[in-house]
Amino acid sequence: MFGYYVELAVRSLRRSKALTALMILAVALGIGASITTLTVLHVLSGDPLPGRSGSVFMPQLDPRDKERDDHPDELPTQVTWTDGMNLLHAARARRQALMAAGSAPVQSDDLAIDPFIVPARYTTADFFAMFGVPFRYGQGWTAADDESRARVAVIGAELNDRLFRGENSVGRTLHVDGADLRIVGVLHPWRAVPHFYDLNTGNYSVGEEVFVPLGTSRAAKLKRSGSIECWGNKSSDEDAMETANCVWLQFWVQLDDPAAVASYRRFLDGYAHEQVALGRYQRPARTALPDVMQYLDQQRVVPSDVRLQVWLALGFFVVCLVNTVGLMLAKFMRRAGEVGVRRALGASRRSVFAQLLTEAAVIGLAGGVGGWGLALLGLAMVRMQPAASSELAHLDVTMLCTTFVVSIVAALAAGVIPAWRTCRIAPALQLKSQ
Amino acid sequence: MQIRPILAALRRHKAGTILIALQIALTLAIVCNALFIVHERVERVRRTTGMNEANIVAVQNLYVGSPSTYLPLMKTDLQALRSMPGVEDAYVTNAYPLRRGGWSTTAQRNPDGGKDGAQSALYFGDEHTLATLGVKLIAGRNFTSGEITSFDRNQEPAPAQIIVTKALADKLFPEGNALGKSVYYVKGRPSTIIGIVEKLTVPWIDTDFIDNVTIMPMMLDSGYQHFVIRTKPGQQDAVFKSVANTLYGVNRMRVLPEKNGVRTFEMVRAAAYEADRGMAVLMSVVCGVLLAITAAGIVGLSSFWVGQRRKQIGVRRALGARKSDILGYFMTENFLIALAGVVVGVVLALGMNQWMLTQFEMQRLSFTYVLVGVVVLLGLGQAAVFAPALRASRVSPVEATRSV
Repeated sequence: MFGYYVELAVRSLRRSKALTALMILAVALGIGASITTLTVLHVLSGDPLPGRSGSVFMPQLDPRDKERDDHPDELPTQVTWTDGMNLLHAARARRQALMAAGSAPVQSDDLAIDPFIVPARYTTADFFAMFGVPFRYGQGWTAADDESRARVAVIGAELNDRLFRGENSVGRTLHVDGADLRIVGVLHPWRAVPHFYDLNTGNYSVGEEVFVPLGTSRAAKLKRSGSIECWGNKSSDEDAMETANCVWLQFWVQLDDPAAVASYRRFLDGYAHEQVALGRYQRPARTALPDVMQYLDQQRVVPSDVRLQVWLALGFFVVCLVNTVGLMLAKFMRRAGEVGVRRALGASRRSVFAQLLTEAAVIGLAGGVGGWGLALLGLAMVRMQPAASSELAHLDVTMLCTTFVVSIVAALAAGVIPAWRTCRIAPALQLKSQ
Repeated sequence: MQIRPILAALRRHKAGTILIALQIALTLAIVCNALFIVHERVERVRRTTGMNEANIVAVQNLYVGSPSTYLPLMKTDLQALRSMPGVEDAYVTNAYPLRRGGWSTTAQRNPDGGKDGAQSALYFGDEHTLATLGVKLIAGRNFTSGEITSFDRNQEPAPAQIIVTKALADKLFPEGNALGKSVYYVKGRPSTIIGIVEKLTVPWIDTDFIDNVTIMPMMLDSGYQHFVIRTKPGQQDAVFKSVANTLYGVNRMRVLPEKNGVRTFEMVRAAAYEADRGMAVLMSVVCGVLLAITAAGIVGLSSFWVGQRRKQIGVRRALGARKSDILGYFMTENFLIALAGVVVGVVLALGMNQWMLTQFEMQRLSFTYVLVGVVVLLGLGQAAVFAPALRASRVSPVEATRSV
């Protein structure tokens, strides 16, 4: 029966091509616009550490002095060197990593290649294991390397391709800003979206290509970048950042179960109170321990333009649907005579209703195909934008299924009122007027 | 034109009437707000920087290695740039307008801080800065070469002389006598305003102190800086192409980033406002498509009604109605529906704007946009219904006698 309805639907749709095309176009445009913007939103508000983000937390402290009260409610999202090192060495979490952003001028052994800059991250040993960073060759450095400020580095896939043509470069030397570092590991391509562990370098900045132990970066005076917030005497001498009144490091911990989280919270509170008691902190002890997704929500990383576009596209979709309802009404009512005959010949209201809805579903399916094409086109245009996040805009399976489900459901919803009105036509009246 | 028969007829087509009115209402609400956003973005993009933006090339430079001071390297580079053929002037700085990255601090009237300060962007430069940027000095004088000092990251910039923008001068000294007054960027260390420029904007595009700029006669001793170059007219392309080689010729131990290493000011401006322009284009396209869809919907439903009422039209024609009466009937009918639609639409548009004010950074919808939207949609309705109405008016009176 369903097959027969589909055949009827296609035949009926063919009869008035312009009207059908208009309905399909309206559904396709609405779907295309909505799916394009929703995909961008979906990508930008995604989970940077799928499966892990619930157990990775950012301890927040308030070491600022009393004078700076421009954002009294917001705790700094970074820590000072002293606090970072204290928390790191306390090792009260399963894993912990302290880090800062850098920009590394890399020189090749091949003198024909001009030096070039790549983003770098100065961090501690647990970084790779905590964030699940995949290695192609070798492995990360050890906590002992951190302490001894060993001259080692881990490089990204892209840099390995560029310097060593993708070969296993473990054991070879990397020249960074005058320092020679021994490569101990090479990563697979890896990028956290959003760049949650350091939003100051850009919410969606590209992944780093050079990873160096934090201590080593200080000893070798590698160039630091990223944000820094100071108070008191605002000296921010690069060589004295260890003692400066500035927050400039990001600190993340991994806590695997609620008990560990509760226990870490107690530890952090205790630490803050201790610092107040010691006179190091001037403000009342305040701490926070958001997990990755909570932190991203607080920081509102998704650009407001993207949210605005989603609302615009949804509004557009609603207008397209209202339009389709109107056109379907016209189309179905025009067939009142045909419906009258069918009803007189014994078709129940239900089967007429089912048949008309099948027609709506066919329009929805066609609109879905069109909308899918338009969404691919729209996303290709998004990718042409220069923003760091734009290259990520791809339609994944979830969004692909969403496209078709939404378009068919929308077309069915649009068809309900017209189909209902049409199937309630009294057959006798229609037959008489003929 | 009699309205009552039209209303009576519409009562028999409730669903269709409501749908058209609803569609017009939603379209009006979205189009008003979208066009208003376009207007806001276009206003932003058209803001001037106070510079003469033609013939400017900006170079981003990073020295490799860690010498005890970078000042000799910077001075040699400047020398080389200024003597390049086609170059009129050049200076080295930390930031310039539309760069979207820079340094800002609070400028205070009192030596020991207080609340009556103003946020200001800091540009470091020298006696070549004003000429290179092409900004207009409206009071006082330029820096002299003897006034240029240097500092590094563990010092705070507090030069003896500064040049400020008129906006900052007026903010700090509303009495209008800023020239010669002292301003404090660091507690207890005065800087004297020796010059005031008409206008110069901050590096960022999203601040509430966009015109507050201080130019300090200083060189920041740092491995990372920007060279701003003014070329002779017509020489911009030549300098743009050769400047990297000139710098590498002076000293190889440097990096000019592959992306954005060397840019003309047109490129800087385009990059700064890329997102705003994209948003404006997107909104415009959506408005256009939305209006087209609404028009198509009106054509579709009106055509259906005309088809449905052929017999009645025939009867009216047979009873003496002229073609223009029939045309007028459908035009008026559409006008009434559209009128209902825009009334609802205005309420929706204002409501939507009210909601967006709470969610996004934008201004209150100007009523002009609502009025324009109303006129556009009423006109669109009339234009869309015209073809079906014309077809209706051509229905022959003979239809009345046919049984179908």
